[in-house]
Amino acid sequence: MSNAPVDKGRRRFLTVATSVVGAAGAVGVAVPFIASWNPSAKAKNAGAPVEVNIGKAEPGQMIRVEWRGQPVWVVRRTPEMLASLDKVSDQLRDPNSEEPQQPAYATNTYRSRKEEYFVAVGICTHLGCSPQYLEDSFGEQVEGVSSGFFCPCHGSKFDIAGRVFSGVPAPYNLVVPPHYYIDDTTILVGEDGEQA
Amino acid sequence: MKKLIAWFDERIPMTKTWNIHLAQYPAPKNFNFWYIFGVLAMLVLVNQILTGVWLTMNYVPSAEGAFASVEYIMRDIDYGWLLRYMHSTGASAFFVVVYLHMFRGMMYGSYQKPRELLWVFGMLIFLVLMAEAFMGYLLPWGQMSYWGAQVIISLFGAIPFIGDDLTLWIRGDYVISGATLNRFFALHVIALPLVLVILVFLHIVALHEVGSNNPEGIDIKKKKGSVAEEDKAKFKFHERFTKKYDIVDAFPFFPYYVVKDLVGIGIFLFAFCYVIFFAPAMGGLFLEPPNFEAANPLKTPEHIAPVWYFTPFYAILRAVPDKLLGVILMFGAIAALFVLPWLDRGKVRSIRYRSGFHKLNLTVFAISFVALGYLGLKPATEIYTLFARIFTFLYFAFFVLLFFYSKNENTKPVPERITK
Repeated sequence: MSNAPVDKGRRRFLTVATSVVGAAGAVGVAVPFIASWNPSAKAKNAGAPVEVNIGKAEPGQMIRVEWRGQPVWVVRRTPEMLASLDKVSDQLRDPNSEEPQQPAYATNTYRSRKEEYFVAVGICTHLGCSPQYLEDSFGEQVEGVSSGFFCPCHGSKFDIAGRVFSGVPAPYNLVVPPHYYIDDTTILVGEDGEQA
Repeated sequence: MKKLIAWFDERIPMTKTWNIHLAQYPAPKNFNFWYIFGVLAMLVLVNQILTGVWLTMNYVPSAEGAFASVEYIMRDIDYGWLLRYMHSTGASAFFVVVYLHMFRGMMYGSYQKPRELLWVFGMLIFLVLMAEAFMGYLLPWGQMSYWGAQVIISLFGAIPFIGDDLTLWIRGDYVISGATLNRFFALHVIALPLVLVILVFLHIVALHEVGSNNPEGIDIKKKKGSVAEEDKAKFKFHERFTKKYDIVDAFPFFPYYVVKDLVGIGIFLFAFCYVIFFAPAMGGLFLEPPNFEAANPLKTPEHIAPVWYFTPFYAILRAVPDKLLGVILMFGAIAALFVLPWLDRGKVRSIRYRSGFHKLNLTVFAISFVALGYLGLKPATEIYTLFARIFTFLYFAFFVLLFFYSKNENTKPVPERITK
């Protein structure tokens, strides 16, 4: 034991310095614990966004892609299809898309970023069947409307913007996934993009 | 035997602890039936831990195996159904007794000085209990497990800027998946029970430091030397208490209240066993019908309602048209309870000696809480939403009004002693 007088300043410096180093260490140790909760590489891979090339889509045509295990539709709608949207409003359960089944940028009559292209998850909101796209024979389901989506499992009907008709089992409109246009002919499904 | 006890006492404070906390611990003599719920909560906690450990022996925490393993426990394990129903009924029973325990505290002012920290520990227990129940409900991997979790986790998405990343981090996937199930399992069976037990320990340590309140809200510890010898309680209390105070109107906790509590426990077990054996699903309240079907991410149930013990807060959430504001208000409803000791500026504890307005205010609060619980179970129709808004308003009005009137409240004179 040395009998040298206590250097309080030195003691204080050492206490603070040790504490700071210790705290930094604690933060460092916390990193793996917190980061391990992020989606794993496997989950990221399975959930990666999907590019859809719409350059070759004919008017009225539907393109199907798979995203996160679900079918995603891209429909290039004709002017006649778009014109039919206003006509059916009073027959719909949620014509103004008030339920949060779509991103903010698709909360409009067309339920899409661009009027012409409709992007939706092709899963019926009732019991998860995949509805059929009836390009010109939807009139058999709803009189006077030539195109829409019809679920063969329990007869749910959706207009060409994926809005559900009243009086069918499905409670909500079809889900519009996050998506944006990388360029004029490519849609990226799964991300909102910068425009969001 | 005496030698053995002495051997231990020299090495660990065994007899001392027994005396301080049980045999020579002074408890007010006028506890009524409202004072049973603390011990019942402990009983249910033991039940949950014991049955929970046994359930993990056969439960498979994976998206592929979870639902089937619960079926397996229910059908193929000897008494597996009983262990599971004890656990699922125990969850609801936990909230029943905790809500009544909290209301007791509110009635008799048990949160007031010097018991603020005791109350805060209690609130932390309540918070951890809610997290524990929520995570446990995902584990059977039924439809309501899945979609209920979907709704609750998406609440965090309402937080500006970090919301979406936060929900992704909580789920560990873009949808609720096996990754979410596994981490919830880990938290439900290890992390949160550990925290819960520690908090319960601290709750009791804090209680035994300040002593129990009672229905009169009067202190049983009087200033040393202020009480005549014949007025002191005629029991031997530990010197830790008698050194500083004169103890009046009290019994030692053991054996007097232990015996009394055993009667309460007996009555509670009658009700508890009735539910386990005759109504384990409680008409869809304790176990919701959609949960008898395996989780299906592609199929949304018609009507998603949380389990009954969350519905008061869920009703508040839904009553607000804006999602973020709804989330804030929902958490605010719990936060308001946390700061109750500081919102109530009154000096009189028990409702027996407080103003008529306070009685009315607390009654309206209790009615609002129950009404919100009912509304949270129902679909959000226009009329129900209107009622939910009214009761949400009344719920918060309780705290605001209390803050203002409690400072100059027209209270009745409080007696010096608990009536003999």
